Amino acid sequence: MYVAVKGGERAIENAHRLLAHERRGDRDVAEVSLAQISEQLSLGVDRVMTEGSLYDRELAALAIKQARGDMIEAIFLVRAFRATLPRFGATEPVNTGEMQVRRRISSTFKDIPGGQILGPTFDYTHRLLDPQLAEGFVPEQPLTAEALQAATPRVTDILGRDGLIEGSPQADADAPVGDLTREPLNFPADRDLRLQNLARGDEGFLLALGYSTQRGYGRNHPFAGEIRFGEVEVEFFAEDAGFAVPLGSIELTECQMVNQFKGSANEAPCFTRGYGLAFGQSERKTMSMALVDRALRARELDEEATSPAQDEEFVMSHSDNVQATGFVEHLKLPHYVDFHSELGLLRKLRQEFAEANEAPEMQEAAE
Amino acid sequence: MSSSGQNSKEAQRKAAMAVLAHSGAAEIAGRLQQIAVPAHENLREPENGLVMLRGRVGGDGAPFNLGEATVSRAAVRLATGEVGFGYTLGRDAQKAQMIALCDAMVQSAQFADEVEAKVVAPLRAAMIAERSRKAAETAATRVDFYTMVRGEG
Repeated sequence: MYVAVKGGERAIENAHRLLAHERRGDRDVAEVSLAQISEQLSLGVDRVMTEGSLYDRELAALAIKQARGDMIEAIFLVRAFRATLPRFGATEPVNTGEMQVRRRISSTFKDIPGGQILGPTFDYTHRLLDPQLAEGFVPEQPLTAEALQAATPRVTDILGRDGLIEGSPQADADAPVGDLTREPLNFPADRDLRLQNLARGDEGFLLALGYSTQRGYGRNHPFAGEIRFGEVEVEFFAEDAGFAVPLGSIELTECQMVNQFKGSANEAPCFTRGYGLAFGQSERKTMSMALVDRALRARELDEEATSPAQDEEFVMSHSDNVQATGFVEHLKLPHYVDFHSELGLLRKLRQEFAEANEAPEMQEAAE
Repeated sequence: MSSSGQNSKEAQRKAAMAVLAHSGAAEIAGRLQQIAVPAHENLREPENGLVMLRGRVGGDGAPFNLGEATVSRAAVRLATGEVGFGYTLGRDAQKAQMIALCDAMVQSAQFADEVEAKVVAPLRAAMIAERSRKAAETAATRVDFYTMVRGEG
């Protein structure tokens, strides 16, 4: 039986009005601006862009403000916004080898061409709360040094020259690039779809899975071959112009994980790899992504797949925090009719149970 | 026009577009005010949309879809017939329209030199200065390893 329930409209309206009031907080405290969020909470903006799967700093900042700092709610808002605009097409693949590097480190080679460049990092900070930052702190201007003109080749390119590491899989000219925003996910999924899924995936979920591989659940012996962060140029083949037009640049973080080697009777042993790429400065995300990407290659590399991080259906079906929060949080919505049918059934079962347990006693008493 | 002439014109257009896409809308507008912009009409009304950004597996392998970005585009035709296209990341449709206008002028024998000298060149200088500043700041964080020498030096 369908029962229409009405009467919530006014309560909902008033609840949203109260939400707007609470979002603003104490009105004697200055309102936070989008520029402040974008400039001063920039890593939060990077995360919302990455998992919201939309590169637009201003929109991500607006989403964070609207969501009162709830990152998953902000990611949800950004995902929903995507649906309001037409897609003009896909860009040319970005070339991370030509990144204007802002940070670039390798834990495998001390003396990499181009050097170890720390950039703006939390690494080596003492993680002590700094009371100076509480108000009015003016940091010193950064120091400068002469920039080398030399290129900063990817560490994997250097290892690749000697055949010590497997090459990247090359494009199959006949196969279109998979897009999980357009086609439903099917398993087994190819690496392009897996990487797209991981790139949008929840940082916490991927961090936990990546960590689980390090603790022995699908061990693959990783080294951070290289992590780089900086600006890359984006080009888009514009049909009207007839050539690839520059769109400007975006900030990306890339992680090349170098993993345990493989070899066979026909192939000399070489290191394997996992790959991570995300918008903005998203180091933890790309490292986790690279660990999980490598773990998900178990089937391809003939490894025993016994751990959660190696199970692509498990990983890919649960990595999306918008899907996950939708299903978990829908439990809050009215389930009155469902619940009352269960309640009716339970009452009936209890009554039957009581009757079944009372009946023999009555029989005994009668004898 | 010979094919090499076309290629060099295309390279020139791309170079101008790259500078303009990197520049702020207000900066472009400020520079455009300094030239007598020729009569033109919108061939494509400025509009917002999305592009799917692609990366490559391992940085150099097969492409994959990383995520989308907002973009704006426009097309402009000068009264003299040149058609310019404007594309840029972000939702500033007017910026796309100004890029399209500049692209049309770059193709015009009459305006190419002026738009290069008064709009593109100063914006390019600002872009290069900004890049150099960032590169110099970054360079100061480069690690200089040195070896501790033990025993008699």
